[in-house]
Amino acid sequence: MSIVSSIGAGQDATLDALRNGRGGLKPCSFETVMLDTHIGEVEGLDDVRLPAELAGYECRNNRLADMALRQDGFAEAVAAARDRYGAHRVGVFLGTSTSGILSAELAFRARDPRTGALPADFSFATTHSTGSLADFVRRRLGLEGPAFVVSSACATTSKVFANAARMIAAGMCDAAVVGGADSLCLTTLYGFHSLELVSPTPCRPFDAQRSGVSLGEGAGFALLERVASRPALGSVHLLGAGESNDAHHMSTPHPEGLGARLAMERALADAGLQPRDIDYVNLHGTATTYGDAAEDRAITELLGTRTPVSSTKGYTGHTLGAAGIVEAIVSILALRTGLIPGSPQTRNLDPALRSRYLQANETGRMDRVMTNSFGFGGSNSSLIFGWAA
Amino acid sequence: MQVHVEGIGLLGPGLAGWADSRAILTGDSPYVATPTVLSASPLLPPAERRRSVPTVKLSMAVGAEAMEQAGRDPATVATVFASSSGDPDTLHQILDTLATEEREISPTRFHNSVHNAPAGYWSIATRSREPSTSLSAHDESFQAGLLEAAAEVAADGWTVGLIAYDMPYPEPLNRVRPIAGSFGTALVLTPQPTDRCLACLDIDITRGDEPLTRMADIGLEALRTGNPTARALPLLSALARVCAGGGHETVVLDLPPGGRLVIRVGSPC
Repeated sequence: MSIVSSIGAGQDATLDALRNGRGGLKPCSFETVMLDTHIGEVEGLDDVRLPAELAGYECRNNRLADMALRQDGFAEAVAAARDRYGAHRVGVFLGTSTSGILSAELAFRARDPRTGALPADFSFATTHSTGSLADFVRRRLGLEGPAFVVSSACATTSKVFANAARMIAAGMCDAAVVGGADSLCLTTLYGFHSLELVSPTPCRPFDAQRSGVSLGEGAGFALLERVASRPALGSVHLLGAGESNDAHHMSTPHPEGLGARLAMERALADAGLQPRDIDYVNLHGTATTYGDAAEDRAITELLGTRTPVSSTKGYTGHTLGAAGIVEAIVSILALRTGLIPGSPQTRNLDPALRSRYLQANETGRMDRVMTNSFGFGGSNSSLIFGWAA
Repeated sequence: MQVHVEGIGLLGPGLAGWADSRAILTGDSPYVATPTVLSASPLLPPAERRRSVPTVKLSMAVGAEAMEQAGRDPATVATVFASSSGDPDTLHQILDTLATEEREISPTRFHNSVHNAPAGYWSIATRSREPSTSLSAHDESFQAGLLEAAAEVAADGWTVGLIAYDMPYPEPLNRVRPIAGSFGTALVLTPQPTDRCLACLDIDITRGDEPLTRMADIGLEALRTGNPTARALPLLSALARVCAGGGHETVVLDLPPGGRLVIRVGSPC
């Protein structure tokens, strides 16, 4: 697995930032954006060069994906899986919310003033198109199995674990690359601003003075394989996945957290586990007033008030369509290292919230961790990772 | 993967619903391409009805038709929404606004821009809290949706509504990504045969180079190649013939690079 966010590129840099409480949020100076907000921008993204044969896929989102593919020996691990199973038996199930829309935003500014035509070098299919990410990654890794992009807002790169598990179970492939990338663009920065959900200060999940989200960008990938009869020592398993819908509102979560709770219950049922079996929950926790309250209610009603929970969005910002994979990997890193991450800007816990929310890092052995991702349209996904049974 | 078809929805140019289109798809009635007529779904609460954009109208119309035919309460059915794009009008308007000095996007327009907006509206309208996946694979979005829906049926044992739709962009995006007509289709797929089943599908991925199934009618063939979701037309034609008492057929859809989605369409098992 591999990870890139504003706190660093690769697992080691990510762990180092979490250990030292070093967040990635900075005052926004992205592109021509004039908004009073902090964002989690990935450093060095403008310097990434795609392989020459894939130059046609050049856009911020595919550069971010490429940067993540280069981390942590991921591309090499996929190449070994490709040799083992055959290129056509490795699927690619990725998520993004806005793909390469920044390219279209720039192209619209450069329209021909007379005809309105977009510039000749704008390539829709390989940049803006939602499917571009899976197409790029499949070519980059030389894979020929089934491939698609799931775009279910901010739950999307969590949901792809379930998509891949189903495809493997149904025999359509033997292994799958899951994850994805979501990069900064004007659509989401101005869009979240229009909803009055953007915080002027670095976001403070579960704080009494929380004032909304800080947006960020990120990418990550994991290689899922069918369970071996004798799994290697130390291998991490996807124990359960649960998905649900709120059936409530397009951009506001269900006030009682019904959809969130249902996703967590389904993940537990899928894993054959009880609420007490969960050692840590990485929350969706975007630092909106309503979102944190709804998730807190779902957590406390299902898991009680003793399970340690935290949101790592104070570090990375809300990486939107990448939040699922970024936080799945943070959760797996927690499982592997025993580091339970705290929450950098959260100073005064909201007394109305009852979860055991960690402000500072803790350490301890964990066997099973859960990670939540919720999105617009009321889309919810919860994953449980743990050691092989 | 074996799945059973309990309901079918269809709305496209000259194809006003599954019942009215069956004879056209079997070749017994001539195909005349008239513009697709869209209206907001009566299932939606008034506020969401007002806010619903063309892709929401199209997807909800075909989804509702298929669910009604299946006699299923949509609240109990998982869904897969497949489309090559988010709502084209909404994306155009946002891109247009962001190219101006003001850059003031409306909040409703922003939430309508997400790829899973139709899934969100559907869930609100039907009160369905069942799992829902919204996916995209450019010109193969329908094939990807069918694969995912069949995997949910086969691996998880769910009853699944596959809802696929694609419609054209306004200019200037239309020139760089032309999409012919507004076309949507839906299938209700079940793991076990029921007395309402219309057909049985055996779906597999092959590495062969079987020729793709095309449409005999020139107008329908132009629609098939011009609209990503209309890649479903050969499957819908085979379903129409099997539903009319025809023998089983094999439909071959493209799954690049180097793959085929092979679907054996037979009478209810």
